[in-house]
Amino acid sequence: MTLAVERHGTALHEARTLAGKIWDQHVIRPLGGHIDLLAIDRILLHERTGGVALKSLDEAGRRVAAPAQVFATMDHIVDTFPGRTDDTLMPTGRAFLEATRDGARRHGITLFDLNDPGQGIVHVISPEQAIVLPGLSLVCPDSHTCTQGAFGALAWGIGSTEAEHALATMAVRVARPLDMRITIDGVLSTGIGAKDVALHIIRHLGSGGAKGHIIEFTGSAVRKMDMEARMTLCNMATELAAFSAIIAPDDTSFDYLAGRAYAPRGALWDDALALWRTLATDESATFAAEHRFDAGDVVPMITWGTSPQQAIPIDTRVPAITALGPDDSRTAYDNAIAYMGVTPGSDLTTLAIDAAFIGSCTNSRISDLRRAAALLKGRRVAVGVKAICVPGSTQVKRAAEAEGLDRIFIDAGFEWREAGCSMCFFAGGESFGARQRVVSSTNRNFESRQGPGTRTHIASPETVAASAVAGHIADPRLLEILP
Amino acid sequence: MKPLLCITSQAAPLLRENIDTDIIIPSREMRTVSKTGLSDGLFAGWRYIEGRTPNPDFVLNQPQFRAAEILIVGSNFGCGSSREHAVWALAEYGFRVIVAPSFSPIFHANCIRNGVAPVILPESDIKGLAAHADAGEAIRVSLEDMAISAAGESWSFSLEDEPRMMLMEGLDAIELTLKHQGDIAAFRQSDAMVRPWVYLSGRRACP
Repeated sequence: MTLAVERHGTALHEARTLAGKIWDQHVIRPLGGHIDLLAIDRILLHERTGGVALKSLDEAGRRVAAPAQVFATMDHIVDTFPGRTDDTLMPTGRAFLEATRDGARRHGITLFDLNDPGQGIVHVISPEQAIVLPGLSLVCPDSHTCTQGAFGALAWGIGSTEAEHALATMAVRVARPLDMRITIDGVLSTGIGAKDVALHIIRHLGSGGAKGHIIEFTGSAVRKMDMEARMTLCNMATELAAFSAIIAPDDTSFDYLAGRAYAPRGALWDDALALWRTLATDESATFAAEHRFDAGDVVPMITWGTSPQQAIPIDTRVPAITALGPDDSRTAYDNAIAYMGVTPGSDLTTLAIDAAFIGSCTNSRISDLRRAAALLKGRRVAVGVKAICVPGSTQVKRAAEAEGLDRIFIDAGFEWREAGCSMCFFAGGESFGARQRVVSSTNRNFESRQGPGTRTHIASPETVAASAVAGHIADPRLLEILP
Repeated sequence: MKPLLCITSQAAPLLRENIDTDIIIPSREMRTVSKTGLSDGLFAGWRYIEGRTPNPDFVLNQPQFRAAEILIVGSNFGCGSSREHAVWALAEYGFRVIVAPSFSPIFHANCIRNGVAPVILPESDIKGLAAHADAGEAIRVSLEDMAISAAGESWSFSLEDEPRMMLMEGLDAIELTLKHQGDIAAFRQSDAMVRPWVYLSGRRACP
C-alpha cells in the first residue's frame, strides 16, 4: 500500500512514530508552514455544538460531504432523570435538541436520539459501536475527543467552525503537532486506576505540560490496561493541553472492537487487522519530548484546587505556597485556596462533603461502575450526602442493570440516572450549589464547573464511592470490599 | 470575516492564568443555538454581581477599558472545553486581539476561524505591556509587521503563515479548502482501495 510521500524532510524509510504514520496517511496535501490538509474519516457531533454547526452550514448553503461518516448524539444538555423528554432543566435546552435532530435529518446523519439504545456520551458510544477504529482520523467539537485515541486513532477536539469545515469537506487544515512519549512501566497497586495515573502525571507535568503535542502512552502498565482504563488515561490528556493522545492498538483493542456495530466484518475485518497490526512506533523513532513514570509510585489521587494539576496523593497534605507545581503562580494558588475553602498544610480527608458524582466521559463505563459498586456493596452513603451515578451510555446502563449494579447503587443511596454528560458540568440547569463540596469522577475541577460556586474535587470512581460512604474525602484503600 | 491588518486601541488587562471557556462564557449564558447574542454573557460570573449589576471591580466595567479591542490575559487562556462560544462572545463584545503567554490549542484555532488574533508574548513582556495598558496608553498591534507597540516600546511576535493570512485577508477556511476539492476526492478514492472500512455505506447497523 502507498503510505506516505516525502514530507517535512522526513523520507518514507525514516523511523516514524505511531501518530506520525497515521498523520502521513491522511495528508491530502501540505499547505505550507507546518499546516496540512488532512483527511477526516469520522466526525462526531453532540447537541451542544452540533446543532449550531449544522445550522450554520445550512445558512451558508453547504452540504455535509459524507453523511455516512458523521454521527450525532444527545449527551451534553439532555436531562438524565428517568422519563426525560425534550424539555430540559436548562431553560432553552429543547432548542438545542431540536436543532440537532432537524440538522441530522436534513443532512442524513446517523443520530443516537434520546430513546435510542445507542444513545450516550459521545466518547463512550463511539468505541462501544466501533465508530472509532485503529488508524482512523476522528474529530468532534468536544475537547475530550482525545479519549478515543486509546484505540490507536488520531482523535482530537475542534471548535464548531472547524466542525463545519470538516462536515463540508471531510478534511481539516491543521498544524502538525509534536510527538511526546509518556512511558508508564511497572505494576499498579490494587485499587489504583487510570484516573489516578492521569492525575499523577498532570500533577508532575502541569496543566500545560503537553501543549502542542500528541502524547503516545506506552509502557508495561499501559499494555496491561483494558480498553476502558486506556480511554480514561487518554481522556485526561486534554487536561495537559495536549493536541491529543494515542495508544498503539493491540489484541486488547482488536478484541474490544470485534463484532461491534460499525466494525468491519469478514474478509474486511481481516484486511483491517493486517493494517492495524502495523500501527506502532518504529523502534528508532524520536520524540520531541519523553517522560517516564513508574506505576508503582501511583496512589489514589485527588485535587485540592481548581486546576487538574492541583492534585495530590490522598494521604498527603494540601501544599504550602512554597511547594507549588509547574505553571502555578501565587495568584492562582491563592485563588484556588480561597475558592475551594481549603487550608494549606491540611489533610483533605478531614473535609466533609456534600455530594458525590460518578459519571462523565472519563469514568462512567461499566468497569468504573463495577469498581465503585464493589466498595458500595452492603454500605450506605453518609447522611446528608447527595450521591448520583450517571452511566455513560444507555448500553452501559443496561449492562449494569443486567448484573445488578443499579441495585447496589440504589441500595447505597445513590440516584440511578439515564445516560448523559449530566453534572460533569453545569449546563444552566442542575447544579450542586454554591460552596457545596463534591467528590467527582469527572475531568475538571475548574471554578464553577459543576455550578456557580461549587467546589469540585476530582478523583477515581473508587475514591468517590469511599468518600460518599464516609461523608468526607476518603482513601478507598481503607475500605474493605464486603462479601 | 472582517480582515485584520493592524489596530490601535486601549487594551484591557486580565492577568489571571487558566481562564477557562466556562469563565469566558458560562454555559448558562448560551441560550440559543446561534453564534450571536453572546456578548452580554461574556465573563458573566466576574462581570456582574447579584441581579446582573456590573461589578465595578471587574476590568471591563472600568471606564478606561470600555472600548478596548485588545485583551491581555494570563497563560493557558481558553482552556477547558472546545466551546467556540467563548470566541464568539469575545468577538461580538469587540475584542479583535488577545495577547497571552499561551493559549489552549483548540481556543487558539477557534480564534483564527473567527477573525480574532491570538498573539503570544512571553510572560515578562506581557507584564510590560499590561503596565502600558493600565496607564491607559493606546496599543498598536500589527499583523503585517507581527509587532506590538506602545509608548515607544515594541515587541515582536510570530504567527504561522496560514493563520496570519486568514486573519489579514478575512478568509473563510471552507472556501479555501473547497479549492482543493479535486485533491480531496482523489484522496478518498485511492484511500478507499486501501482502507475500504473507513467508507461506510450509510446503512444503520444494529447496535
